[in-house]
Order: sequence, then C-alpha cells, then structure tokens
Amino acid sequence: MKDVMDEKYKKEYETLIRYIESDYPESLDGRFAGMVVNSNRVLFANSPEGIKVKWIILEDNALNVNIRVDPGIRIDTPVHLCFGILNKIGKQKINMDIEVGKDSVVKFVSHCIFPNSVDISHLMDARIHLHPGARMEYHEVHIHGKSGHITLVPSGKVRVDAGAEFKSYFTLKSGIAGDVDIDYEISIYDDAVCFLESKIHGREKDKIKIKESVFLKGNNSKGIIKTRVVLRDYSFGDITGEIIGEGDNSKGHVDCMEVVFDNAVAKASPIVFAKNPKSKVTHEAAIGSIDRKQLITLMARGLSEEEAIDIIVGGLLR
Amino acid sequence: MLSLKKFKVMRGGKEIVKGIDCDFHRGQIHVILGANGSGKTTMANGMIGIYPSQGKVILDGVDISDFTIYNRAKMGLTIAFQEPARFEGLTVKDYLLISSKDKSIHDVESALKMVGLPKHILYQEMDESLSGGERKRVELAAVYLMKPKYAILDEPDSGIDVRSFRKIADIILALRDSGAGVILITHSQEMISLGDVATIMADGRIVGRGDPTEIRELFLNSPCPI
Ligand SMILES: Nc1ncnc2c1ncn2[C@@H]1O[C@H](COP(=O)(O)OP(=O)(O)OP(=O)(O)O)[C@@H](O)[C@H]1O
Ligand SMILES: [Mg+2]
Repeated sequence: MKDVMDEKYKKEYETLIRYIESDYPESLDGRFAGMVVNSNRVLFANSPEGIKVKWIILEDNALNVNIRVDPGIRIDTPVHLCFGILNKIGKQKINMDIEVGKDSVVKFVSHCIFPNSVDISHLMDARIHLHPGARMEYHEVHIHGKSGHITLVPSGKVRVDAGAEFKSYFTLKSGIAGDVDIDYEISIYDDAVCFLESKIHGREKDKIKIKESVFLKGNNSKGIIKTRVVLRDYSFGDITGEIIGEGDNSKGHVDCMEVVFDNAVAKASPIVFAKNPKSKVTHEAAIGSIDRKQLITLMARGLSEEEAIDIIVGGLLR
Repeated sequence: MLSLKKFKVMRGGKEIVKGIDCDFHRGQIHVILGANGSGKTTMANGMIGIYPSQGKVILDGVDISDFTIYNRAKMGLTIAFQEPARFEGLTVKDYLLISSKDKSIHDVESALKMVGLPKHILYQEMDESLSGGERKRVELAAVYLMKPKYAILDEPDSGIDVRSFRKIADIILALRDSGAGVILITHSQEMISLGDVATIMADGRIVGRGDPTEIRELFLNSPCPI
C-alpha cells in the first residue's frame, strides 16, 4: 500500500523521527509499518501487507486509530507508532482500536514524544483484542522534556482469547514523568497469557498512579504484573496491581517494587483474589530505599555511593 | 602490610570482635579459621568499613580506619562476600566490567574462564536466575579483576561443587601470585592447605596462629569451643 505523506508535514515528521532514529534507523526511509502523529495530525501512515491502519479525526479533535492484523500472519518488523506533540502546549486524544487475528504474531513499538512540554496532555484510550492463538507485544516508550507540565492518561481494555499471549512494556525514564494515571483492565481466557511491565522514573513533583487489573477468566490462564518505579524529590507513586483468579488452574503474580529517595512518597497495593479455589495468585511488594546490600557490594568494587545508586536504579528500570 | 590494631566491632549493642591484633602480608594467603559464630564475617565486614569499628586498620602505612567502603576499595582493599548480593537488570558482564580495574572485556572473559564459567553466562542477569554457586564464582572473578592489594574472601568455596573446587583454588593462588594479600575465611580442609599462614578465631578473639596444618590440628583437637 502507498504511504500517506503530505509534503507540508515533512518537517514535523523529520523533527519527531529524529528523537527515535537511533532506536530504529530504518524509520527514516519510510519502509516501516505504522503511523506518525503530531498532536492530531497524521503525518505518515503505512499499511504493509497483512495489516490495515485506518484513522479518522473526530469533531472534538480526537484521533481514532484502527489497526487490524489479518489472521494467520507473522509480522517480522515491528509496527511503529509515534504519537508526539512538538508544540509547547497541546492536547492529544487518541482512541486506539487494535485487533490481532487468529494465530497472528505482531510487535508494536510506540513512542510518545513530548520534548517541549509546557502544558501537554496525552489521553489514550485503547481497545485491544487478541483472537485465539495470537501473540502481541506492545512496547511503549516515552520521551519527555525536562520541565513543564505533562498529563498522561493511558487507559484501556484488553481481551486475550484462548491460547493467545499479550505482553506489554511501558517505559518512562527520560525527562519529567508528569501527572501519570494509567488504568488498564485485561481479561485472559483459556490457556492464554499476559505479562505487563511498567518502569517509571519520577522526579520533582511527578505524580504516578498505576492501576492494572488482570482477570484470569479462563482455565490455565496466566498473568504477571511487574512494576518498577523509582521516586525522587517530591514525587508521589500509587501503584495498584490486581489479579483476580477465576478459571481452574489459573495462575497470577504481582511483583511491585518502588524505590524511594529524598522526600518522595510511595504507596503500593497488590490485590490478589482467588475466586476459584483451584486458582493460585501471589504477590510481592517492596517499598523502600535502595537495597543496602547491593549498595555495599558495588562500593566494595570501587564505586562511589552516587555511582552505585545510578547502576542499581539503571538496572531496575532497564 | 595490612594491620589490625586492637580492632573491635560491635553489633546489636554487643561486642562481637573483641580486640584483634593481626598483620596480613601481600603475596600471602592468610587463612582464618573458627567455629560458626566466632566472628569471622563480622571482622571482615568491619575491616572493609561496612560496620563501624574501634581500633585501627592500617593499609601500607595509611590509617584507613575512618575511610568509607568505597575509599578502602580505591586503596586496594576489597571483599568477596559470603552471601553475595543479587541485582536486577545487571548482567554478569556489566558487573565484571564495573569491577575490572582496566575495564577490559578480554580480562573479563579470561577471569570468567578461570572460575570455570561458560562465556554465555556473561549475558545472564545477576538476579535469582543465577545459581548460588555461579554467583559466588562471579564474585570471585570480580575481586580478581579489581587487582586488589588485599582481598578478603569469605568462604569462597561454600556452595561450590567439588569438581569446580580446583578452579576456585587456582584463582585464589593466581590472586596471591599477582601480589595480593589474600585473607581466606574458610572451613574446608582443601582451602586451608592453600594457606601460607593461618589464624584461629574463637569468640571474637585470636586464639592461635601459625602453620595452616598445625593450626587446623589445633582447631580440630581443641577440647574447649575454640
Ligand atoms: N546485628 C547483630 N546483633 C547481634 N549479634 C550479631 C549481629 N550480627 C552478628 N551477630 C553475632 O555475632 C556472632 C558472629 O557472627 P559472624 O557472622 O561474624 O560469625 P562467623 O564466624 O562468620 O560464622 P560462620 O562460620 O557461620 O560464617 C554470631 O554469634 C552472631 O549471632
Ligand atoms: Mg561467616
């Protein structure tokens, strides 16, 4: 399918792509699948074989994106999504609808780029449906400016049908995090698997709220929620990881760690609920300062305290 | 020379190491023996600055008693922990490169070989996926790569399978031959036999010093709880 790229958007496109080209050198020549959006302007969209990417802009300026992956296909190069706001002030609302056909395999890499933030809000509402046997990975990487105000509200509902596998990786490490409010609900059916990982570095007055709920509806379904949040300065973290075991032999685990420095405040609420006596859900949550034994070990290797902390935090957020 | 003078360590309001005077020399393996709970690990941790201590630690003429762990390491004093820490998101390669004095991947690979670990383990994370014995061997490789002047090895052989024992012994000898003073805390007979000199501890004090085999006999045959 032909690429959609308006000449007048070329400059914006190149500016945005520059932030990520080191990750994806192939991105610049337009061979990659997916779309690039600045505010609500679609600068580029491409539907390679087996995938249909469609979009419309609604009256309230929200952008509806619809992605269909045909059944029975395997997409080897990642489907790239880039949602940026280059302006200092702006609001972006995206309704994303992704459907992955039966037995298909696909990986999405989504960059959210707000480098010049003064007052930015990014609202994402996702509906994701994996048909039986499908496998999908979704990597969301945030690149934020060093100051200003960012409101980030990613929410969504994911349905993982029988035998399917959904893996999601969310990382927000560079720049200020802002006011983050993540709310995801995932339903897993027979023999299906989900893995959710979030890694966030909060600084200054960042507020990080994450609520992830996994419903193990099917028999032999499995779910893991893993969260790593590092909080510095006056930042605040409130993390809820919830797994509800409903199916026979369903298994779930919540693994939440928050490392707190300075005057930061952290709250963690792992909720595990076995509605079915044959289901097993476990959790571990740790809040606190940096692990002393790790710190001592690295200092005994000749690192200063600051260097050791950087290495340990870097590892947790890697 | 690394010297302890009237060296004491308190833990939980109790004196655990009760005034030790001892010299450790470069190019020597100095074995420390003693029953469980006699204070060996506490002394080791006090020496590298993890626990506060009284008395003096003198390294090659410099009083390092008030130095931080990091500054002691910079001076050439380090430790391989009895129970080494685990790290999430840090690979064996990262850890060994951090430790390596010359930051050389070639040195890292050869140290890994010396402790008998396969090359692919370099890319494994230092978390729970590494076995206890593997983790201890990585620790020993890390200490070797630091090219320390003095290295305390706290039971480097515990949890190591018998087939790998020779490798562990060889890297300890290589450490000594590179000119390091090795302070080897151990319970095993094979390790004791590597020693040039040995000291027995009991209840936070030194109760005997001398030739390793003699000292071992003394330790085994002593009627009272040495
Ligand atoms: N924080 C503490 N508070 C009170 N007592 C402590 C503390 N830490 C260690 N001890 C005590 O100090 C004693 C010496 O412990 P240490 O670990 O140094 O012995 P060790 O000689 O290394 O023994 P092992 O051979 O089992 O490794 C033990 O009796 C231990 O219970
Ligand atoms: Mg000990």
